[in-house]
Amino acid sequence: MDLIVREYRTISYISGPLIFAEKITGGGLGEMCVITLPGGEKRTGQILQLKGDRAVIQVLEGTSGIDTDSAAVVPTGEVATVGVSKEMFGRVFNGLGAPIDGLPPIIPDKHMPVNGLPMNPVAREKPDFFIQTGISSIDGLNTLVRGQKLPIFSGAGLPANELALQVVRQSRVSEAADFCVILGAMGITSREAFFFRESLGETGAMERTIAFINEASDPTIERLFTPRIALTTAEYLAFEKGYHVMVVLTDMTAYCEALREIGSAREEIPGRRSYPGYMYTDLASLYERAGRLHERKGSITMMPILTMPDDDITHPIPDLTGYITEGQIVLSRALHRKGVYPPIDVMPCLSRLMNLGIGKGKTRDVHRALADNLYSAYARGADVRRLVTIVGEEGMTELDRKFLTFSEEFEKRFIGQGAGNRTIDETLDLGAELLSILPEREIAGVARKVK
Amino acid sequence: MNEIIGKIHGVAGPTVIASGMAGAKMNTICLVGNDGLLGEIIRIQESYATLQVYEDTGGLTVGEGVVSLARPLTVTLGPGLLTGIYDGIQRPLAVMKDAGADFIGKGIKAAALDRDKSWQFTPLKKAGDTVEPGEVLGTIPETARITHRVMAPPGVRGVIKEIKDEFVSGKEPVCVLEDGATVGLFQEWPVRVPRPFKEKLPPRTPFITGQRIFDTLLPAAEGGTAIVPGGFGTGKTIVEQTIAKFGRSDIVIYVGCGERGNEMTEILTDFPTLKDPETGMPLSLRTVIVVNTSNMPVAAREASIFTGVTIAEYFRDMGYNVAILADSISRWAEALREISSRLEEMPGEEGFPPYLSTQLGGFYERSGRVKCLGPDDRTGSVTIVSAVSPPGGDFSEPVTQSSLRFAGALWALDPDLAYRRHFPAVNWQASFSLYYPQLRDWFAREVSPELPDLRDRLFTLLQRQAELKEIIQIIGVEALQESDRLTLEVANLARDAFLKQSVFNETDAFNTYEKQYLMLKAIFSFHDNAEAALKRGVYIETIVDSPSRTRILRMRDIPNDGISKEAGELIEEIENELGATEEL
Repeated sequence: MDLIVREYRTISYISGPLIFAEKITGGGLGEMCVITLPGGEKRTGQILQLKGDRAVIQVLEGTSGIDTDSAAVVPTGEVATVGVSKEMFGRVFNGLGAPIDGLPPIIPDKHMPVNGLPMNPVAREKPDFFIQTGISSIDGLNTLVRGQKLPIFSGAGLPANELALQVVRQSRVSEAADFCVILGAMGITSREAFFFRESLGETGAMERTIAFINEASDPTIERLFTPRIALTTAEYLAFEKGYHVMVVLTDMTAYCEALREIGSAREEIPGRRSYPGYMYTDLASLYERAGRLHERKGSITMMPILTMPDDDITHPIPDLTGYITEGQIVLSRALHRKGVYPPIDVMPCLSRLMNLGIGKGKTRDVHRALADNLYSAYARGADVRRLVTIVGEEGMTELDRKFLTFSEEFEKRFIGQGAGNRTIDETLDLGAELLSILPEREIAGVARKVK
Repeated sequence: MNEIIGKIHGVAGPTVIASGMAGAKMNTICLVGNDGLLGEIIRIQESYATLQVYEDTGGLTVGEGVVSLARPLTVTLGPGLLTGIYDGIQRPLAVMKDAGADFIGKGIKAAALDRDKSWQFTPLKKAGDTVEPGEVLGTIPETARITHRVMAPPGVRGVIKEIKDEFVSGKEPVCVLEDGATVGLFQEWPVRVPRPFKEKLPPRTPFITGQRIFDTLLPAAEGGTAIVPGGFGTGKTIVEQTIAKFGRSDIVIYVGCGERGNEMTEILTDFPTLKDPETGMPLSLRTVIVVNTSNMPVAAREASIFTGVTIAEYFRDMGYNVAILADSISRWAEALREISSRLEEMPGEEGFPPYLSTQLGGFYERSGRVKCLGPDDRTGSVTIVSAVSPPGGDFSEPVTQSSLRFAGALWALDPDLAYRRHFPAVNWQASFSLYYPQLRDWFAREVSPELPDLRDRLFTLLQRQAELKEIIQIIGVEALQESDRLTLEVANLARDAFLKQSVFNETDAFNTYEKQYLMLKAIFSFHDNAEAALKRGVYIETIVDSPSRTRILRMRDIPNDGISKEAGELIEEIENELGATEEL
């Protein structure tokens, strides 16, 4: 540890959120710095790149007001860390982990580096514990398990936040006492921030919730830290204190935009839609922190929310997310307009870990077959619906009409369950009941065996 | 050899620039920084060397030391590889976990193979015998399933002076030659250099996966390459895992390249308990796993497929048929792109470096059926099945297109089929197999002389189905001719009974060629009899409702060894039932 505090008044270049400082010796990649402005104001910076004695530093609070003459850079010798403690329950912090609920700072149990370390794949425990979210489209068709990362792909104006909160609220009912929730909000509007704080408070969930909120008006660069701080806290609670942590991250689109902003400020070669080429790796470094470990009690389950620009699922943000996460829940504007809540478009939805969490002893042994049958029947109903618009009802066979009825009932009753909470039994019974609309020959006898 | 010691001059992402490196060679490895992180030189400019670092570069400081090891990135080959679980640079993850590394920190060092472990060695040669490169010196029962053949490494030739005859460990020579040269249990081999062989042989036998759509309709050859492109959620990983479980190869190398940790957990926990359908022994006994998940360092991800294929070639050289399953090659390409962009190279299409295709070719062309080195002319093969993850599911992107140039079979996955839970979600119209013409003879000889024709008939039927579907879009199904409706019904039957296959259903998961053939035979027997019935004036509805149709749908539930009897009965029943249906 150096006793001399080295201060560099060597800033040579300022652009966007970045400053270049010269003659820096001994600064490490990723090291945090304090930037002192002439008026005494202190800001936080992080070293992004080193070349010779020049360091490229991103300033979390933005560069406005920084000059090349008098502003000073002081490397702290430490990577970014966050102080964590069980005292954080019930508290609200900003995107960098400072309290914004008017209460005093917490006394940390320990400090942990926000970047975390990759889990050893061999140390991972197979995620196979069913979580009952109380939502039929999820429990019945795209089951969530502990340790999974299952994002919600939303569109502007669709009720993704409401759905996420419903999942959190209802999972709490079925999960054990050691269940807790961490909210990492990036670039959300003050209206959304208000909604989250109010809804979490209302349900009495707040005492088991920790919120990190970076609002749209907060500095962009902070957004790169918010999910990392949330996940570091989650790792502490899950793997050291044995909690089953559900991490809700919203809105990943704002996070990715912050990433793009930094990338273009660094004059990097842009990738698709000018998002940086390393966005896959960067997102993976967040999403892959979900999971369970051998011989440790807790788990991290992740539900990131993202807004698909123009509802385009092939946009790089949903695309790369879908390649990393273990499935996705996709919301549909068409269903939303029809008044179906939750407006889950089940066709493109998927839970890759579903098979581990369902079946005999967990849900029911016919769960898989039932879900597959519901999917095939709904897909066929959708085909028929398209056909009807072209050739009219006359061109339909009797069987086609039954599929049409099935898919309408399925959307109305199975998907459109409203704000209610359904047990897995209720969900599966309803699925079987709907399948009985169809002739047995078409469903290979599965539905009959359900009860 | 003089050690070259330089200093870190710059750090950006996974790359480090080191100064004072004059004399260091391209593609040799170095230890970087105080923690001794492993790095490989990928560019030299005067006395500056740029390295890609295989571990997290966070915390590296300008001025820390860089020591050149003056050798390329290698893997250690020898007994103990099987059942092993390695990261992209062959660090043993299970060993690290046992040492307490639940999370992978920096600078962890661990030897890939245990040098102290003693193996029971049975020599096949004796003192005074001559050996040539690749010759088998003796055997070791590496696992209950696989016999490890200890070979003279490429380049080693001479007369044996001494050879061990029972237990041997990695620390001592297995054999000493007259000229003083020694052969150890372990070989080091550079990952980027293909291992030598005598000659490449043309593909002659199918690579049996037990999956109907692949084996019958779109077969890959042993020693061939198949690529499996598909958007997210179309089931690439399931295809790869299914082949790892049921593929008929002696050895399986599974490379999880930049993919999900939780999915690897499934493999890691399932393989030691899952039984290989052929031998009844745990799958792990024939498997080596290389895993570099998406959040592990990108440079090691880039190395992982080469690590995997080098291990595959080593077992091939012993005379085994090896399958390497790479999931996913796109993540490898992205790692290449990320490093290229840090080097500020001129980007090609979609930001990928212009040498993407060359490097991909270098990987795919390491597949093949070969005559191995050594006097016994044994043959071995490496079959590559690689998943490709095109952004947005758009196959026109560079990684898919470059892979297509090297692929002998394309198994294109289709989101529309996946949404319908039709798995494997292989779009039979977009896919192809270039091996099929060469394999027709094998089909006729080994399975049934009828199989090639039935397979072609299925292909034609599916084509016709696609055409009819377009017509229905315009005029509706009721307006079709009866014979066309029958074609459509049979095509749907073939789709549901034959092309769809569930890996989660025990009897359905692996089908022998015999079962595949008999299923096709039943389907077309139904078709022929139904056509005749239709001509006699039987209503299409009656035909569709016939119980034999449902029985064909349930053929998947008949075990492989009972299929011959049951299929015979079923075909008879079809004939009786449809043949007996009289004009109404």
